Amino acid sequence: MNTMNNEAHERQDIEDNIEALLPWHAAGTLNRRDAERVEAALAGDRELAQRYDLVREELGETILLNETLGAPSARAMQKLFAAIEAEKAPRRRPSFNLSGRIAEFLAGFAPRTLAYSATAAAIVLLVQAAVIGSVMVDQFGSTGYQVANIPTTDGSFATVRFAPQATAVEISAFLEANKASLVDGPKRGLYTIRLAVTGLPKEEIAKIFKRMQDQSKIVELIAVVQ
Amino acid sequence: MQATSDEVLIGRIATGDRLAMQVLFARHHVRVYRFVLRLVRNETTAEDLISDVFLDVWRQADRFEGRSAVSTWLLSIARFKALSALRRRPEQELDEETAAAIEDPSDDPEVALEKKDKSALIRKCLTGLSAEHREIIDLVYYHEKSIEEVAEIVGIPENTVKTRMFYGRKKLGELLKAEGIERGWP
Repeated sequence: MNTMNNEAHERQDIEDNIEALLPWHAAGTLNRRDAERVEAALAGDRELAQRYDLVREELGETILLNETLGAPSARAMQKLFAAIEAEKAPRRRPSFNLSGRIAEFLAGFAPRTLAYSATAAAIVLLVQAAVIGSVMVDQFGSTGYQVANIPTTDGSFATVRFAPQATAVEISAFLEANKASLVDGPKRGLYTIRLAVTGLPKEEIAKIFKRMQDQSKIVELIAVVQ
Repeated sequence: MQATSDEVLIGRIATGDRLAMQVLFARHHVRVYRFVLRLVRNETTAEDLISDVFLDVWRQADRFEGRSAVSTWLLSIARFKALSALRRRPEQELDEETAAAIEDPSDDPEVALEKKDKSALIRKCLTGLSAEHREIIDLVYYHEKSIEEVAEIVGIPENTVKTRMFYGRKKLGELLKAEGIERGWP
């Protein structure tokens, strides 16, 4: 019983003792408050400072020991990627985050590069829009342009190219206002959106998409998917 | 230029991005390998285990919630796999490896010379520690894990982390004493 009490007391002493924090202080992984406590204690306690030197010695030798362990051969990586190849991609696809994707993409460019790219992209988009628009008028009148079918259940679908100047906030507001959601993309700058309303005649659906296209500040191009 | 953070890489891996997986592997595999090797003491086993660790990351990336650092998560998986592998190994094999680790080959002149080197002796004694003590000393000194992170990886309370580290260092001091190195502590 006494032995157990002594052990418990010893453990408590260690937990409370500032000396127990020395290894983390040496490794630089203490929080600021504890690091300051240790620094203050070291400054006023010569014996503790000597023990801290032992800790630093152990730290250096542990690093050296680990660094001499070498590295795994290429076999480890080959085995891993062979196993990955043998598997399908992870099943769950994270939720579609347009603003995150745009932000991540844009973050990779310098401001000057972005400026040049935006100008070039705007010109290309204008030309594309004109060409596709003329095709639409020639072939289908003003109601829509057929692209590949998408396997779906409910709702109506359209392929959209958003205007280069449209912000993520504006796109989100636009989708919400039209009860639409993004379901795929970007593929070559095009997104697929789904209109939540169902059971409407084709003409009505076409009108809704036309109305959406009229919001040119946000939408560069809409083509109904049938 | 800032490197892509581990958390961003995990997000990309969750979408099936193999390149992100390669980057994460290149960034962490050596440290994970060394951590595992110090536990299992067998290079082939350690290599097999790190493949398994990163395969788990590939499979579970979409479940990573970012509550801890990616390196902490990796070491947790690695530790679990290393301990499982150790449990599968015959006891005789383990005893032989432990004996080899703390053996004193005094008839080897090279080692005899090395014995005079205090640094080499400390490293020898670090190798001779129990798996429990080796693990915690490596996590704190080499893998730079905080008290909270060690607690998470090993699955013990933070106060136990402190006491285990203390006793690990104490044991190291005793082993050094047995080798003729008196450090004045413990």
